[in-house]
Amino acid sequence: MARRMSQVVLFNVFNGLIVGAFYALMALGLSLILNLSGVINFAHGGFLALGAYLAYTLIPYIGFWGALILAPPLTAALGLVIEWLLIRPLYGKDPLYSLLLTFGLAYIFEDVTRLIWGAQSVPFQVPAWLMTSLSSQYFFLTGYRVFMMIIVAAAVGGLFAVLKYTRLGMRIRAGTRDLDTVSTLGVNVRVLRSLNFGIGIYMAGLAGVLAAGLLGLSPTIGANLIMPSFVAIIVGGLGSLLGTLLGGLMIGVASGLAAVYFPSATEAVIYVMMGLVLLVRPRGLLGEEGRVH
Amino acid sequence: MSAALVRAFNAAICLLLLFMPFWMGAIGGYTELATRIVVMGLAAMSLNFLLGFTGVLSFGHAAYFGLGAYGAAMAIKYLGAGTIPAIGLGTVVATVAAMIIGALIVRLRGVYFAMVTIAFGQVFYFIAFRWNALTGGDDGLTGWHRLPIDFGFARLDIFQNDKAFYYFALAIFAICVGAMAKLLDSPFGRSLIAIRENERRARFLGVPIEWHVWFSFVISCLFVSVAGALYALLNNFTDPRALRFDLSGNFVIMAVLGGMRSFWGPLIGAAIFVALQDYVSSHTQNWMSVIGLVFVLVVRFFPRGVLGMLRSGAKA
Repeated sequence: MARRMSQVVLFNVFNGLIVGAFYALMALGLSLILNLSGVINFAHGGFLALGAYLAYTLIPYIGFWGALILAPPLTAALGLVIEWLLIRPLYGKDPLYSLLLTFGLAYIFEDVTRLIWGAQSVPFQVPAWLMTSLSSQYFFLTGYRVFMMIIVAAAVGGLFAVLKYTRLGMRIRAGTRDLDTVSTLGVNVRVLRSLNFGIGIYMAGLAGVLAAGLLGLSPTIGANLIMPSFVAIIVGGLGSLLGTLLGGLMIGVASGLAAVYFPSATEAVIYVMMGLVLLVRPRGLLGEEGRVH
Repeated sequence: MSAALVRAFNAAICLLLLFMPFWMGAIGGYTELATRIVVMGLAAMSLNFLLGFTGVLSFGHAAYFGLGAYGAAMAIKYLGAGTIPAIGLGTVVATVAAMIIGALIVRLRGVYFAMVTIAFGQVFYFIAFRWNALTGGDDGLTGWHRLPIDFGFARLDIFQNDKAFYYFALAIFAICVGAMAKLLDSPFGRSLIAIRENERRARFLGVPIEWHVWFSFVISCLFVSVAGALYALLNNFTDPRALRFDLSGNFVIMAVLGGMRSFWGPLIGAAIFVALQDYVSSHTQNWMSVIGLVFVLVVRFFPRGVLGMLRSGAKA
């Protein structure tokens, strides 16, 4: 009995980690855009759904692996077009306006998704061998879940490597601190912001493809994931990508555990965590001093 | 605008509101739509107390709107409360919640404030969504309706007579809006505007910023919860969507659409938004795209809203 209980707990912690990895993947993209451009991209969930549906459409032609590779950059390409057309004129203005604009975009995305692919959820095929369980004792360790964790880890690792070791990453990091100086030093800030936006949307698209394999696919998939991503950023601390990653994993595990002990608080628990963090440390766990003002 | 022009404008708004149930029919509306405009107008104006006059970006006001709605609905359903005590109870519940959450977020600003208010708004949504036994969950709280008001000497049947309910709502609207105007005209209100214009300067002048922002947040939430309570009474129903973040976004776009730097702007924005939503949702399934397009167009082409445009037009 005790062993079964511990298995249930372990299952939910693991599940929470996976969900948290989604939150983190999505929140990292949001965080990138927010840190460099001061834009809260409310349409991020819409991009996630788009990535998932693009993969769904592509799978019959190029298979799961092809879709996994191709859908995120296609999503990012659309993101770049939208950034160029609609968001770019709002940089440097009151954040109210970019928030309202992306809020409206989120409405449009959800509606258009419903129009094209239908309001009902659709099945999302992943290769059968990925769905088998790896261990008879730990039944929840299906190949797909482990595979997902690996992909998320690779994506996050890749993002951090790009930020740390490439010229582009260095410029993004510098721009986050002081965009005017970066501009004065001869960097094309417009291109920098676009590329940064593109990377953020790429992460959303990737999260979408992976999430569809686990949660199934419906037009509201993005709307359901965006709020926890906000919480992940707030808990982790504004301005810190590492904090965002940590925040995402933490709230994932917290809601996983709540699902065992307090099922009706599965969603609410992450907001309680956010309240506690704000109470003792308003800038978030790894947030830099002075950024919140 | 000159003082005379302001007075004339105020008088025009009052007259339009006073006779709305009568001219509404002539342009294809109906009394319930008029009531909805007044209620949503009150919500948008309350939000604007914080957004337009204190300069703090809250994106989570639906939470307090919904708490007012649930508070009033539950008071009637479970406690058998009369209409006015029910509104009072809804307002108290929401205001206490705003006091607590306000204390947590009062030191945050800008995008961070916006994000935290959005996220906090969702707590109440999930509570209402999950607590089936008490709130009716996703189906909403049904099995109750607003009750006629007995003044002792007279009886106002706001349940059967929808014009009577319109004037009841308008009276409450007038009290709340009058109170907000009075507050904005006081030294306290001037300090809020000073914070909006330049927070650092206001701080140097000795304005206790955090305390003022907190108070402004609480006042704003108090009045938005009155609007929420009226909204529940209007529909004889409330559900978790009255608490959800998309409604918060709608309040903000109403304020911006009408003009958030002017006192009446949000009311005008609410009238346009509510009428449009009513028209569009009865003509097409894809009303979400249309509403989304309104957001995009307002931000790109009318960032200062209808009244902001009129004002700069008058200046030129």
